[in-house]
Amino acid sequence: MNAPLTIVGASYAGLQIAASARELGYDGPIVMLGDEAHAPYQRPPLSKGLLSGKTAPGQLPLRAPSFYDEQRIELRLGCRVESLDIGQRSLGLADGSALRYGVLAITTGARARPLALPGADLAGVHALRTLDDALALIAATERAQRVAVIGGGFIGLEVAAALAERGIAVSVIEAQPRLLARSVPPLLSAYIAELHRTRGVELLCGRQVRELRGWQGRVCGVGLDDGTAIECDLVVAGIGVLPNTEWALQAGLPADAAGRIMVDTLGRTAASDVFAAGDCAAMPSPHAPQPDQPVCLESIQAANDGARAIASCLVGRPLPCGAVPWFWSDQHGVRLQMAGLPAADDEVVLRGRTADKGFSLFMLRAGRIAAVHSVNRPAEHLLARKLVAARAQVDAHSVADLSFDLARTLDP
Amino acid sequence: MSVIHFILKDGSTRTLQARHGASVMEIAVLGNVPGIAGECGGSCACATCHVYVADADVDRLAPPDDMETDMLSAVAAERLACSRLACQIAMSAELDGLTVRVPHTQS
Ligand SMILES: Cc1cc2nc3c(=O)[nH]c(=O)nc-3n(C[C@H](O)[C@H](O)[C@H](O)COP(=O)(O)OP(=O)(O)OC[C@H]3O[C@@H](n4cnc5c(N)ncnc54)[C@H](O)[C@@H]3O)c2cc1C
Ligand code: FES
Repeated sequence: MNAPLTIVGASYAGLQIAASARELGYDGPIVMLGDEAHAPYQRPPLSKGLLSGKTAPGQLPLRAPSFYDEQRIELRLGCRVESLDIGQRSLGLADGSALRYGVLAITTGARARPLALPGADLAGVHALRTLDDALALIAATERAQRVAVIGGGFIGLEVAAALAERGIAVSVIEAQPRLLARSVPPLLSAYIAELHRTRGVELLCGRQVRELRGWQGRVCGVGLDDGTAIECDLVVAGIGVLPNTEWALQAGLPADAAGRIMVDTLGRTAASDVFAAGDCAAMPSPHAPQPDQPVCLESIQAANDGARAIASCLVGRPLPCGAVPWFWSDQHGVRLQMAGLPAADDEVVLRGRTADKGFSLFMLRAGRIAAVHSVNRPAEHLLARKLVAARAQVDAHSVADLSFDLARTLDP
Repeated sequence: MSVIHFILKDGSTRTLQARHGASVMEIAVLGNVPGIAGECGGSCACATCHVYVADADVDRLAPPDDMETDMLSAVAAERLACSRLACQIAMSAELDGLTVRVPHTQS
């Protein structure tokens, strides 16, 4: 029998490789290994509906259990890969056994970056990446009255919103002078900050956490660099991620500074028959401000599109990635949607008014639409994806004019 | 439990048991119905769960809210009067026997 297509990491990217390969007619054996106890499931609701209580764990699986049998995908859960030997085409598993592969796809994603602070190991200090993390956090919030969220990025803010909705007092501490500083323009940061404040969330921007304080082994407060202390009975850290690639990098695969495996727009690594996609990989994007520099978008869209490119290689009909990056976030009932990748020096044009229920920010680069961030404008977001894909040419005045039909810029 | 009939792109019909409270998108995805992607997990953000509701069933559904109506204007396949987003239809006993057709594309 042929050595199988072996996928390490059973989540979005891994599942999409297997599913797309089968859809495209790939007939060989497929083995998917994952170290979590759960079959692939949705992560976005972990910080949204699951935490606020609107979504139940039973709604999370990405596929029905029967899918794996029907599609002849051998899913091995609770199975951790610890080493890679590219010459031997072999994986070393945590139980000491070895597994041969024909083609290897690395989709091990990322884990929450741990807090490197005194007191980080106290009880009551949580991170959020997996379903088990989420269930542990939910159990802990049953008794929580004051929560300190460290990190004002998407996950930190979604956690803050979900907990505030449940009546829990929340403080968010962000080291940057504004929220979501890496991802959105200042105008949108300000809008989101206002949204959180009006819902009772305390925001402390431009402040660093120095230490976590404990009492009898449990966290009871957070000490900041300006000397202030915040009392809390629970800490949630959302300070970014680390790629799960150590085991693969030991085999000599080139990686970026963060340790993400470098791939081309087909998901190919430097080694033949070794692919990577998703949060563990960095890939050049034609939509990035620097198109040659590999980026990791840490999104479902990127995981799925990278996976589809890999599947296309497996069946000999290679189709590189180039789709417009998109992402969404839900906070306090407000839907934020992003298309394209903004750059710091883009011209930012407001369409609509921030006081209205919905509006969009258009980022123009050299007179073309490079990125669009929408608030409660889902249809405009879907149009924005097309506008960014077409690099639609438009002037700021027209963008700001609500009576101007942007779809017109698609077919000049 | 109720049932939903999905008319697939090849014209065949797949009938699935439908748990009350679950959305038509969830039932489709967990039942491996091809052609309903549900990329955003049902948060009315992606329009990849577009379906056509059978004429006879249209009036059994509560009309779409503002957000869904807005999204329907941006679905990939042709928008018809019977177009809905499957993630916004919650199954209930009243909807037993609902028939929806999968469009030819979602992207
Ligand atoms: C709380 C939360 C909310 C999010 N919200 C959004 C959102 O709204 N929109 C969006 O687009 N994205 C969101 N994301 C990001 C999105 O979930 C990720 O980009 C996506 O999960 C990446 O998929 P992946 O397959 O690359 O990796 P992952 O989903 O990280 O999966 C990797 C899998 O591999 C396993 N693994 C790791 N190492 C090994 C090993 N050595 N052996 C075997 N298995 C291993 C891991 O345990 C994991 O199961 C969110 C993420 C989180 C945590
Ligand atoms: S699943 Fe995304 S809009 Fe319905």
